[in-house]
Amino acid sequence: MMPFKPVLLWTDLLIFLLFAGVAAFALYVRRHEHLAASWRRVVRDPAGMAALVVLVAYVAIGLMDSVHFRLPLANHGGETGRYYSAEVLSLLDVVASPLREHVEKTYSAPFATHLYAKEAIVLPDGRRIRGYPRLKYGGAQLAHPERERGPDILYTALAAAGKAALLWALLGYGLVQWLARRQRRSAAAVWAAMWRGGGEIPWRSLLATLGAILLLVFLAIGLGPKYHVLGTDKVGQDVFYQALKSIRTGLVIGTLTTLVMLPFALLLGIMAGYLRGWADDVIQYIYTTLNSIPSVLLIAAAVLIMQVYIESNPDLFDTVAARADIRLLFLCIILGVTSWTGLCRLLRGEALKLRELDYVQAAQAFGVGHWRIISRHILPNVMHIVLISVVMDFSGLVLAEAVLSYVGVGVDPSTQSWGNMINSARLEMAREPMVWWSLLAAFVFMFGLVLAANVFADVVRDAFDPHAEARRIPSAVLSRLFGRRPDGESHG
Amino acid sequence: MADGGHLLQVERLRTWLASGDAVVRAVDGVSFSLEQNQTFALLGESGCGKSMTALSLMRLLPENGRIVSGSVRLHGQDLTALPEVAMRGVRGRQIGMIFQEPMLSLNPVMPVGEQIAEVLHRHGPVEGRRAVRGRVAELLRAVGIPDAAHRFDAYPFQLSGGMKQRVMIAMSLAGKPDLLIADEPTTALDVTIQAQVLQLMRDLQAASGMSILLITHDLGVVAEMAHRVAVMYAGEIVELADRERFFGAPFHPYSRKLFAALPGWGKRTQKLEVIGGSVPSLTGTFRGCRFAPRCDLVWGLCHEAVPPWREVSPGQWARCHLTEGRRAAPAVAPAGLREAAPVPVAAAGEALLRVEDLRVHFPVHKGVFKRVAALVKAVDGVSLSIQRGRTLALVGESGCGKTTVAKGILQLIRPSGGRVYFAGTELTTLKRSTLRRRRGEFQFIFQDPYASLNPRMPIADIIEEGMVALGVGASKEERHRRIDDILAQVGLSAEARQRYPHEFSGGQRQRVAIARALAVGPKLIICDEPTSALDVSVQAQILNLLKRLQDELGLTYLFITHNLSVVEYLAHDVAVMYLGRIVEQGSAPEVLGRPAHPYTRALLSAVPVIERAAGRPVMRLQGDPPSPLAPPPGCHFHPRCPEALPICSGTEPPLVQISPTHGTRCHLHGPGIS
Repeated sequence: MMPFKPVLLWTDLLIFLLFAGVAAFALYVRRHEHLAASWRRVVRDPAGMAALVVLVAYVAIGLMDSVHFRLPLANHGGETGRYYSAEVLSLLDVVASPLREHVEKTYSAPFATHLYAKEAIVLPDGRRIRGYPRLKYGGAQLAHPERERGPDILYTALAAAGKAALLWALLGYGLVQWLARRQRRSAAAVWAAMWRGGGEIPWRSLLATLGAILLLVFLAIGLGPKYHVLGTDKVGQDVFYQALKSIRTGLVIGTLTTLVMLPFALLLGIMAGYLRGWADDVIQYIYTTLNSIPSVLLIAAAVLIMQVYIESNPDLFDTVAARADIRLLFLCIILGVTSWTGLCRLLRGEALKLRELDYVQAAQAFGVGHWRIISRHILPNVMHIVLISVVMDFSGLVLAEAVLSYVGVGVDPSTQSWGNMINSARLEMAREPMVWWSLLAAFVFMFGLVLAANVFADVVRDAFDPHAEARRIPSAVLSRLFGRRPDGESHG
Repeated sequence: MADGGHLLQVERLRTWLASGDAVVRAVDGVSFSLEQNQTFALLGESGCGKSMTALSLMRLLPENGRIVSGSVRLHGQDLTALPEVAMRGVRGRQIGMIFQEPMLSLNPVMPVGEQIAEVLHRHGPVEGRRAVRGRVAELLRAVGIPDAAHRFDAYPFQLSGGMKQRVMIAMSLAGKPDLLIADEPTTALDVTIQAQVLQLMRDLQAASGMSILLITHDLGVVAEMAHRVAVMYAGEIVELADRERFFGAPFHPYSRKLFAALPGWGKRTQKLEVIGGSVPSLTGTFRGCRFAPRCDLVWGLCHEAVPPWREVSPGQWARCHLTEGRRAAPAVAPAGLREAAPVPVAAAGEALLRVEDLRVHFPVHKGVFKRVAALVKAVDGVSLSIQRGRTLALVGESGCGKTTVAKGILQLIRPSGGRVYFAGTELTTLKRSTLRRRRGEFQFIFQDPYASLNPRMPIADIIEEGMVALGVGASKEERHRRIDDILAQVGLSAEARQRYPHEFSGGQRQRVAIARALAVGPKLIICDEPTSALDVSVQAQILNLLKRLQDELGLTYLFITHNLSVVEYLAHDVAVMYLGRIVEQGSAPEVLGRPAHPYTRALLSAVPVIERAAGRPVMRLQGDPPSPLAPPPGCHFHPRCPEALPICSGTEPPLVQISPTHGTRCHLHGPGIS
């Protein structure tokens, strides 16, 4: 008998499928030189690689949060069989169980030891006073929080930093040894090259970003169980935990929406451009019409219909998580259905151009069929546009989720998401004294993801855009190549 | 060569470009000087550093380029040492420049007059709107733009290519420069327009006394324009001489190869001379002569020492180890005569392809309901026929409908009218599926080998695609065997199979395109300007290959081109097209030797030639070809025809047979007149 019951939510399934798809694509790229060459340009870019490390950290948390299961309930009084808790947990919940379980009464500020609001406290001697009660978990280990809190935070943080530095040094050492063996050079030479920032892969920026992330992880591990590092919300839940849980929602929206949108955009866009004639007219009218309906209106209508459907069929979903999940999935689908028009338009234009190219005409002169021409000649030659627009759209979709949830047509209120956090912060900002940490936490986490995604998207676009052929060459490379910078040269 | 009196003196100029992690020595020690009122031609194939030299003079190098050493003295002042601010005064004011693509060098959202006025404001002391307009009109008149006063407010899209190039010239003349750099000024233009622009440049030079640095790959243009000629190869000048001496007795083996590679009437029975190999990579240094690996006359010293720059005869300098004695005795025999393949005699009724009254009209839609508002008559009643094993050249300027004829014949565009008989079958009424099965018998070779191969497919897949579609070769193994055979036939090794198009040069890509067409066993191949994107020496290779394939496989070609020397070399029959109609048609000696239609005569006389035959009538066409949207009534050519009769503007001329094989559509040969 298994000690737990695995639960496969719809979005989990799709996320793992997507992950497998990305892995398969990576294998395909390795075998195709013209694709590999472009990706090599991405790999060589220091900013791009730093952004990629940050993205990988986010994705790792998101994937951990996508492994769901239900724990068994303890058997009471000789019941036979196993009963599972109605609460669906994820791997992340288990790893971060101190965060999940340390629920206070209500608001508390980051690193606080007392509640944020005054309450009536019963003293041991029976007197009643109004004051700030101690928190149940935040800084509970301290006898004299006023004196001990500062040093305790400092020592814990230093210890965490020490551990992070140790692990980082170990990883760095392993990397240098591995590279030295692979390149058949001395470890010292490899280290020197890495430190100067030369070489094919920007190891220096990779290691630096990794170091920063390790530091953050160890700080969280060290301080998380002792304090509420980002405070608690109205019902006393740890805000840091909420922000972590929101990562999966953001990633799901950013990636699955694309998955929904791609078939529409690819099929319709290429068909319109390649076939021309009435097919083109029909498709153009469809997306022009769709584009002229305000998308928030469309999304709101669809979400409301969905909500009614879920509520009138409660027996379809056995847990709250499954309900929230289906709503998340439908939000992705609706966002996808309303957002394919931009890419479709781009692809139509590109297909219009490609169909007049000589190699397509040559294929037609051989009597090659339309589908074969589309799949062998048109599709591979528009893939760079698809890739660029998918990566660029990702951050926009993450932000869109926040906006939609704020408006109230986003994810289920029980789903942790940055949008929901911001939505609740709307009231908190109006309180006196102000509760600012929910908003800040959502902002910082979202900012990290979106910034990394944007930087990465820029690098991908530069690498794949055929118009960026005359690439800017860094002046450092120029001066290295030419030895010196001649006088009187103003450009460069 | 040092002397104070030169207008421009370039000494040991080196310009390097960063490319990835390597340095390309694009210009590697170029020295020359230019006198007042002189035209100096820099001649060479693509990638030899001509344009980089010009950009270095203007200090307009791309960001990854640097002048690493050398000097450029204009009136004795070293331009490489000037600060950028002072350089801006030099550009336009002292050195003007015109570029290859007039379509890309004008701002499309600004009236041309204002673009010229901008230059005037920058450099001239012209004050007041009226004065500026007057000066612009004067400039436009000087470059031969009719109705100059009203062209001030015209936008570039309202002007034809030739007109735009004239505007560009007017713009570069606005600052009254002492030196005009013309980088392939006529390469993008048609021959008749090219002749106009070249004449204009000569006239302007005579009037203003400016010097011209002409950059070109066309020996004919050099012969018509230049006083002195420098030949560039792999970043350096290999020969420098006066025009007479250069065209009389080119010294350097590379120069001589360039001449030998030119196709023409006299070489019909021979293979064209080709230059083996390719231009060496310019990323390294050279131990010996850069041309040594491709040179027929190479000897020991060529590989060991860099040849000195020496005066080989008075007024002729070259960078070559060859002495007079060695030069006289060629190391290899000259290219042999072509296998004596007699021109197959045209027998009546043996036509492989017969086109009757082919019409291709494109509707112009307007309004919400896409009503047909007008018809572009791209092809308007073309009839022609080709006998088995012969080559018909279809000649005409761009936009006259040559390519549309080809696509109409191949049924890539369904014709609006007329019939196409291929080996007795009428193609225009065939069903899609029947037509598809027969597509292997007629194939197409495109103009641009860079656009005709899918960059995402390896060569084997590209060639195999047509075979699979047409069911050539029963199994994969059989197809692959055939691909290997055909690659060998077009002169590519079997290793090419797994490589991608970007790994090949232009000439090699064109060979792949030919192999792709051959793989399905065609009888007729339509070649649409297959060599116009290639250098002369590579063009020679492709022409040789096409001729050899015709001899070996008995192929029939419909050869579409605007290059008359290629026609002279390759064609058995010629058809001349003007604005959707064929104006003259006949065997090659008849049409090229005794042209009947004024347009054919104008076309022939517009081609720049190396030896100007005495008494060759010079006939310059005025104006541009009209738009096929609104062709002139009667004979389409009459508005530009110097010999037009009153009847020409009213009645379309009928076909007049001058001989059984030679016909023309011109009233001059009509029964009542001749």
